Amino acid sequence: MKRFLIPLGAFVVLVIFLAIGLTRDPRDVPSPLKDKPAPAFSLPQLGSDKAFSPADMQGRVWLLNVWASWCVSCRQEHPILVAFAKSGNTPIVGLNYKDQIPDAKKWLADFGDPYVLSAVDADGRVGINYGVYGVPETYVIDKAGVIRLKHTGPVTADSLKNQILPLVAALNK
Amino acid sequence: MKRLFHLCFLCVLCAAMVNPVFAREAAPMAADAAIEKRMVLISEELRCLVCQNESLAGSHADLAQDLRREIRTLIGQGKTDQEILDFMVARYGDFVRYRPPVKPTTWLLWGGPFLLLIGGIGVLIAFLRRRAAAPETTALSDEERRRAAALLDDKPS
Amino acid sequence: MTPELGHFALILAFVVALIQGILPLIGAQRNHGQWVALARPAAQTQFLLIAFAFACLAHGFLNNDFSVAYIAHHSNTQLPTLYRFSAVWGGHEGSLLLWVLMLAGWAAAVSVSSRHLPETMVARVLAVLGLVSIGLLAFVLFTSNPFDRLLPAPAEGRDLNPLLQDPGLVFHPPMLYMGYVGFSVAFAFAIAALISGRLDAAWARWSRPWTTAAWVFLTLGIALGSWWAYYELGWGGWWFWDPVENASFLPWLVGTALIHSLAVTEKRGSFKNWTVLLAIAAFSLSLLGTFLVRSGVLTSVHAFATDPRRGVFILILLAIVVGGSLLLFAWRAPKVHAGGNSGLFSRETLLLMNNVLLVVAAGSVLLGTLYPLLIDALNMGKLSVGPPYFNAVFVPIMVPLLLLVGIGPLARWKHADLKDITARLRVAAVLAVLAGIALPKLMGEWSALTALGCLIAVWITASGVFQIIERLQRGGGLKSAPASFWGMHLAHFGLAVFVIGVTMVGGYQEEKDVRMAPGDTVSVGGYSFRLIGIKEARGPNYLATVGTVELSQDGRVLKNMHPEKRRYLSSSMPMTEAAIDAGFTRDVYVSLGEPLDKPGEKTGAWSVRVYYKPFIDWIWGGCIFMGLGGVLAMLDRRYRIRVKSAETVAETVMSKGTVAGTPA
Repeated sequence: MKRFLIPLGAFVVLVIFLAIGLTRDPRDVPSPLKDKPAPAFSLPQLGSDKAFSPADMQGRVWLLNVWASWCVSCRQEHPILVAFAKSGNTPIVGLNYKDQIPDAKKWLADFGDPYVLSAVDADGRVGINYGVYGVPETYVIDKAGVIRLKHTGPVTADSLKNQILPLVAALNK
Repeated sequence: MKRLFHLCFLCVLCAAMVNPVFAREAAPMAADAAIEKRMVLISEELRCLVCQNESLAGSHADLAQDLRREIRTLIGQGKTDQEILDFMVARYGDFVRYRPPVKPTTWLLWGGPFLLLIGGIGVLIAFLRRRAAAPETTALSDEERRRAAALLDDKPS
Repeated sequence: MTPELGHFALILAFVVALIQGILPLIGAQRNHGQWVALARPAAQTQFLLIAFAFACLAHGFLNNDFSVAYIAHHSNTQLPTLYRFSAVWGGHEGSLLLWVLMLAGWAAAVSVSSRHLPETMVARVLAVLGLVSIGLLAFVLFTSNPFDRLLPAPAEGRDLNPLLQDPGLVFHPPMLYMGYVGFSVAFAFAIAALISGRLDAAWARWSRPWTTAAWVFLTLGIALGSWWAYYELGWGGWWFWDPVENASFLPWLVGTALIHSLAVTEKRGSFKNWTVLLAIAAFSLSLLGTFLVRSGVLTSVHAFATDPRRGVFILILLAIVVGGSLLLFAWRAPKVHAGGNSGLFSRETLLLMNNVLLVVAAGSVLLGTLYPLLIDALNMGKLSVGPPYFNAVFVPIMVPLLLLVGIGPLARWKHADLKDITARLRVAAVLAVLAGIALPKLMGEWSALTALGCLIAVWITASGVFQIIERLQRGGGLKSAPASFWGMHLAHFGLAVFVIGVTMVGGYQEEKDVRMAPGDTVSVGGYSFRLIGIKEARGPNYLATVGTVELSQDGRVLKNMHPEKRRYLSSSMPMTEAAIDAGFTRDVYVSLGEPLDKPGEKTGAWSVRVYYKPFIDWIWGGCIFMGLGGVLAMLDRRYRIRVKSAETVAETVMSKGTVAGTPA
């Protein structure tokens, strides 16, 4: 009798889905901003009177890295960013997110400054427009000012090599 | 029970009289109660991305506070609830909505319980019809039932 | 040395489980009396071995043996002794050990209180439990050994998650697991019945008290969890539709359906296939819950640290156990006799409707819980399914079910008389409608939802009370009705109490979020709160900011309440401890937010949240009544009768059974 096989059939389908589910990371939330123009803003630069706006980077491929001195995992990715900045491959702009300016300055002095500049987002409003939810986050923005990748969490040597660098190379062509 | 509400008022008065120097009515955190109410209703529909399993309304996370502030601002600007939800979805994706929007990928989600219910009732009716039509085929005859009951020392019920 | 002994005991338990799972099964099939007789001692030995392993782990915790990795990750020298003990199940490995201990405990319980069952039946049941145990012990030993050493041993442990440092955690997981795992017994009875081809009223009677026992534990476990979340998570809700909550709620829904369908199978010999399927489903959902919590496929507050190997292992285990059972079901079920006949309107029909609604509810919760995973697996994006969805879907399914609760117990088996029932329920219906109109008005604003809630609660209560009166009028006094009658009504009454709690909190809770400096007052729900002051205090392993809030009503001071903000020393994790004044008709709840003074200011102001929650304790009170009802039902005489010749009964009752083995 076929109807007695229905529960088994349903269960097999369920197991297949669960198996696929095991290969996914439920915490990895894709950004709806991918392939959309980077939201415009104008923020003061850390340690300078000048303002910064994403339009200033027009015509270049660049990284926007959201960081803060209070952020523990920022420290984890920092050496990788410092090394990457030394290679001169791509400019990194920092977005200093909800931080105290003296703390932020001290942090860069202590651990090195990989950024061409850091924009100060003191109240986190720009962060909201970029959909920031877990500092550190890193955006790859192309020559036309379009977000091509959002990386949530610390950049690792692995994600730099396999995700960010190939994309940057392709965008620079 | 209605008295409670009068009492509530009295309490404030009493407290004010007992301790006139000290006791002030605490200021609400929200400047505007109506905005606050709408903000809470909207933020209960939204998922806090930092802690992921709390609503924006319930979360103590820093980002949740910022986002609640943002919602208040948007309400103050006269935005509708839908516009505010769209604002959030544009930044964080459908993931932030605890009530998934109805669209082709969620038809099964929203229709599923209804289908299950219809299916369940359908199977139930078919089953009952068949049973009602079938001849009496009790597994146990009444005699067997009595014997079983006697052996299990059960009162026939 | 102790950890190695514990580890060794687990390995021995695994070997014993192999014996318990395989030999009695073959023995029962082939009529080897000695192999059949192995089941009981094997089950008891396995339990003792696992209990010993558990004791070894607890010993390590109590003595701060941080050379054991699991202990180093979940304990700390500053942790109070009670929490050092409950920390045993504060993480993945230990809680899994608790799971296995419970499983072995249930098997041991079956082995000692099954003298009145046919030996072959007992052998098969214990063997099935042994087979499940093999899988879980392998899971412990190969992926999640709690005794793994960490060398060199750290001087200090990492500490137990502060959220879990609470009396609630001492009881919640063991209760929950007792329930979760307890369904394994109903499952084992079902599988044993399918193997023997002996699916009948006797089988239903044997598995009924076990199922009810598991259900009681699960009910109380879920209630404890809900209560814990209410006072510990600090935002005053009592149910969040979190995936892990759903994972424990699913077996409850199906288990509730199972209890009701077992009644039909026992009394009328009908719905056998359906009942067996429910028994398989209830335990399968427990296993699915274990998978969901421990594999990391869903994000949840409760989820354990994830390791993909573990996910794969449990998924395989799940596939074997559930897939195998469903295959067995598909093979055996078609041969099962349809059983007793009944009219269109009868108690059977009403119980079937109960089952349909409960299963549809479970299906909907399962769908909502897994939907994000389905969509992700199909690469169609990420989405969240949260409380707004579950409330929208679940409540409409529950309303007809709750209305049925008032009718079902009145209906007769086989053929019920609709006219007679209508006449007997007329008064209850009138009372319910009056309550729906009047009660919400007494509380404040009338709304359709609160009216519906009050109507349902009074409907269930009134209908139950009238049935009890009818029964007493038939003579014989209180003792004439069996314990199961009282159990059923008590559980249904618990449901009514629960509904009142949910309705009142949903409709009339008040909350205020205010800025309070010492001396300020705020009032909600007729209660006035005055912040007296805020001071620092030190707990055993945390620093706390303790507020003193004076609660008064009508200008009369009732008590001082002490909400806290704690910062745990080892993890520097902040925790909010709300102060709650619980009462029969309401809770008032104060929770400290953040200090509001800007640098340089000295007002001592804090953000404070106060709640007035009418009847909230009825939610858990209702659950306690349900649990007590279950206990009463289990105590029914008919389950305790020792039958002199079980085999004869079995043969008589069986429509077609093969009886083998030695007499009890």
